[in-house]
Amino acid sequence: MMRAFFRVAWIVVRKDLTVEVRSLEILSTTLFFAVTVVLMFSFGLVVDGRPLNDVAAAILWVAIAFSGTLALGRTFERERHNDTLRALLLAPADRPALYVGKLAGILLLLALVEAVLVPLVGLLFAAPIFVNSGYLIALLAGGTLGFTAVGTLFAAMLVRARSRDVLLPIMLYPMTVPVMIAGVRGTAALFQPTPDLAVAMFWIGLLGFFDVVFVTLALWTFDPVMTD
Amino acid sequence: MLGLAAGMFALAPWMINAAPNEATMGLVYKIYFFHMPSAWMFMVAAITSGIASARFLFLKRPSADGWALAAGELAVLFGAFTLVSGPLWARKAWGVWWVWDARLTSSLMLFMIFVAYLLLRKYGGPGSDKLGAGMALFGMANVPFIYVSVNYWRTFHPLTSVVPTLPVEMGIPLWYCVTAFTLLFIVLLRMRTRLEHQRVRVEALYLLEDES
Repeated sequence: MMRAFFRVAWIVVRKDLTVEVRSLEILSTTLFFAVTVVLMFSFGLVVDGRPLNDVAAAILWVAIAFSGTLALGRTFERERHNDTLRALLLAPADRPALYVGKLAGILLLLALVEAVLVPLVGLLFAAPIFVNSGYLIALLAGGTLGFTAVGTLFAAMLVRARSRDVLLPIMLYPMTVPVMIAGVRGTAALFQPTPDLAVAMFWIGLLGFFDVVFVTLALWTFDPVMTD
Repeated sequence: MLGLAAGMFALAPWMINAAPNEATMGLVYKIYFFHMPSAWMFMVAAITSGIASARFLFLKRPSADGWALAAGELAVLFGAFTLVSGPLWARKAWGVWWVWDARLTSSLMLFMIFVAYLLLRKYGGPGSDKLGAGMALFGMANVPFIYVSVNYWRTFHPLTSVVPTLPVEMGIPLWYCVTAFTLLFIVLLRMRTRLEHQRVRVEALYLLEDES
């Protein structure tokens, strides 16, 4: 039972990766978009050549949220194009397994984007990304999982909806406010001259809790909302 | 019931007027008689919408969707009352219209979630009832997270624990207003739900006629 579940999820991930590796369309555009977002915010928030307090953490998370939305939208746009999402749903497989596969694919994509984004922010804002990097990775992993867990469900639901491009961020951002607050405050605590590990740990805990609740809820709702 | 709610609202100004002025804030604190019941009904509406959505989604009760939509609209309505009356009071009490306090921010986020819910219902096209149900359900599950995260982030708002300590002359008008708002909420919820159920029936009848 469990093996079949993960096999289906793995097949979906492999399919998405194969499509992506051949074109690199989503990865390259999302990555470049993330870099652009960082630069745009820098022009707004760097005064007299010096960044304002905690700006590095804020820019990092805003860039993750923006590029995450873009990646989610593009991934499901691709499925919509030839009505392949319907084909996926018709396959004799567990619906939640399809969700997990999609989620894993987008997580992988965002992990690659973050692998560029974090060093870039570290470089531009002199943020100490290699001090306490374990905490930083935990924050990034927890935050990205929470954001994409909600986002994958919403993007999948919106595939058949009208004006889905604008509805996705409208629905997703208010819903992921706890992720943004936890991510930004946790990262800011780590980027201080004397890192506050207790505060970072509190936010990592909150993110973990958020992830557990929302992944469970998404697995639970995916089947009823995707049924015609 | 509609008559009772209307009567209570007509009498409310006298009740509020009869309440004594507060020592430091004077007249301005009386916004509270409007603000707190709205905020409560905002919460009740949000929870109602979430529960109705869960019933619609998991138990496949078609009628629950009408309740969820009606409660979602009321959440936006009472949320707007709360978010307008709050800053009016805050301007006098704190000197600024808005502070990034835990309750204010989490109320605003909940309000945003329900505005997004209504936008989805309106512009989502066919099938948006299910999407909306999923969203309202997530919104409800999100409330404690928003509250905890924002709470840890900042806090200024007067605590709810002030309510039992109010003197009787202030307490009576306050509970009077809470009752009036609750009645208004129930009346509006039932009317809007009936309207939505009838709309669904009319639509079904039209479809039936098209087929025959």
